[in-house]
Amino acid sequence: MSQLLLDVNGLTMRFGGLVAVNGVNLKVKNRQIVSVIGPNGAGKTTVFNCLSGFYIPTEGSVMLKNEQIAGLKDYQISRKGLVRTFQHVRLFQKMTVIENMLVAQHRHLNTNLFSGLLKTPNYRRLEKDAMEHAAHWLEEVGLLEYANREAGNLAYGQQRRLEIARCMVTQPELLMLDEPAAGLNPNETKELDELIIKLRDEHEISILLIEHDMSLVMGISDHIYVIAQGTPLANGTAEQIKGNPDVIKAYLGEE
Amino acid sequence: MNSSKLYNAVFAAGIAFILACLMIGVKLDTDSTVLAVKGATAEQWAWIFGGIAVVFLSQLFSTQVDALFRAIPKPDIQALLPQQQKFATLKPWLIAAIIVVMMIWPFMVSRGSVDLATLTLIYIMLGLGLNIVVGLAGLLDLGFVAFYAVGAYTYALLSQYFGMSFWACLPISAGLAATFGFLLGFPVLRLRGDYLAIVTLGFGEIIRILLNNWTSLTGGPNGISGIAKPTLFGLEFNRRAKEEGAMTFHEYFDMDYSSSYKVIFLYLIAVLLVICVIYLINRLMRMPIGRAWEALREDEIACRSLGLNRTAIKLSAFTLGASTAGFAGCFFAARQGFISPESFIFIESAIILAIVVLGGMGSQLGIIFAAIIMTILPELAREFSEYRMLLFGLLMVVMMRWRPQGLVPMKRPNLELKQQ
Repeated sequence: MSQLLLDVNGLTMRFGGLVAVNGVNLKVKNRQIVSVIGPNGAGKTTVFNCLSGFYIPTEGSVMLKNEQIAGLKDYQISRKGLVRTFQHVRLFQKMTVIENMLVAQHRHLNTNLFSGLLKTPNYRRLEKDAMEHAAHWLEEVGLLEYANREAGNLAYGQQRRLEIARCMVTQPELLMLDEPAAGLNPNETKELDELIIKLRDEHEISILLIEHDMSLVMGISDHIYVIAQGTPLANGTAEQIKGNPDVIKAYLGEE
Repeated sequence: MNSSKLYNAVFAAGIAFILACLMIGVKLDTDSTVLAVKGATAEQWAWIFGGIAVVFLSQLFSTQVDALFRAIPKPDIQALLPQQQKFATLKPWLIAAIIVVMMIWPFMVSRGSVDLATLTLIYIMLGLGLNIVVGLAGLLDLGFVAFYAVGAYTYALLSQYFGMSFWACLPISAGLAATFGFLLGFPVLRLRGDYLAIVTLGFGEIIRILLNNWTSLTGGPNGISGIAKPTLFGLEFNRRAKEEGAMTFHEYFDMDYSSSYKVIFLYLIAVLLVICVIYLINRLMRMPIGRAWEALREDEIACRSLGLNRTAIKLSAFTLGASTAGFAGCFFAARQGFISPESFIFIESAIILAIVVLGGMGSQLGIIFAAIIMTILPELAREFSEYRMLLFGLLMVVMMRWRPQGLVPMKRPNLELKQQ
């Protein structure tokens, strides 16, 4: 049996009187692709914001590897191995591709002021490792030749891939992708599909995915959660979800 | 030629006419005891109308004028510069040459020029310090002069009350300014943009008003005078040694006394400090912390999601920027020998910020050029007296209109990858 990586129980987020997320449960095992789907405004991104520490959930527990992470600061959570991408690509636009990759490895580097100024051997070694690590991941996503370009000048699909590579270079165990296929053409979506599967199979990480592209979701997900109006509606495998009358109702409305 | 062109031309000429009449055409003058309005001379009127005619015609035929300018062949600057690789090998020699020239140059020119150069170097230091905060970390700071004041007053007070030397006070000044930067950093961590600008503006004023009113310690508006000048390993640059048994520079080296030694010595200290600051900040920019500053400027939310602690990054930017200003302040106090809160008013902050923006945010070379222009130009334009500030303002407007990225925009480092 594969181990439980992320275990979310009764996650609730209220903004004043508005209940954005109400009692959501999620389970992600090691080396699994889990998707969260739901109509627009269902609260999917709010769930992501709660998990990654951008919001502190009003109620509920978030366990990462049997450790409570609800209430931790965002940067502390990402250091524990849970990193995310954003619905609208958030790159360091004016910095080069390789610099984007180096910033992501900040905590693996020697950030001591004096060892940097004196270029101590330890500092140099870590800096060199970071460069190699960055180059490795740029190659994985096919961006190595653009290493010294400004990130903001890349094509949209490349920016999406750079954002994923930038997450991967932090050595996460759980990668959360917020609508990674938004704005991609069918070809790019197919490449993304292959990349996500490769991340699970070769790099042995788990992926939590929010996506509207149903063919992508149904094709690669090991498990799917459906959220509508902040409350969990259904969960199961792709086949189970496709045939669920509640889900069809939520998406298409009642007759 | 369409009617909108004509309308534009008439409008522009009208504006020019009104401005010229108000500023040059009439003059207030004291006629014995009363103020009298005097018209300009016939020659001045001829110039005014000539100028208006130029404005009118250039607007009317703007398309033709633009075409004419475009027809002028632009030199291919890229071709003139040496190849990148050749340039890389030349660079250390070029830097060495510049340093040598800067060291020799003061011995051949007048005292006034050396003094002006020293002032320029102070502004370079301040510009480089503010560049960390504004250019790299993207935190708009309108009260930077406060840290400059802290540095200056630290040395002035320590020297006055405890007789401490310049060299001992230099790190203390930087450290105290850094502490103030750290303290200011805390309350403003969550602020950005306009809000941050307002808070820092307030902070700058608080420091100035504090210095102005804490009369028992700082002497208030009278300032502190008689601040000791730096010494060279204990050798003073005065005509006679102040302390018993101490020697002066010219006595030790058995030379005739000259007051220009002191000026040149101060200049050389400034050169040394600026080289140190440039080197340190240059290293910082290529270190993880420098990259983190820029990342914070580009996207704070992405930074947080990647495990960067924004508190530590912002505070380090404030602290290091402030410590540079502390250095500059300490040196300023030593050079002037007299400081008062008058030297640390808001316009100083504005000038430093203008240096950073004109030079090109984040670009060290650009800031050095901008500091040179901003300090030397007002001196050169001295003969225009009252129109000096007008020219100054015009320069800034023109720069921001045609070169918003600054004189020398920041260049991204080109990092070599092993695989390539």
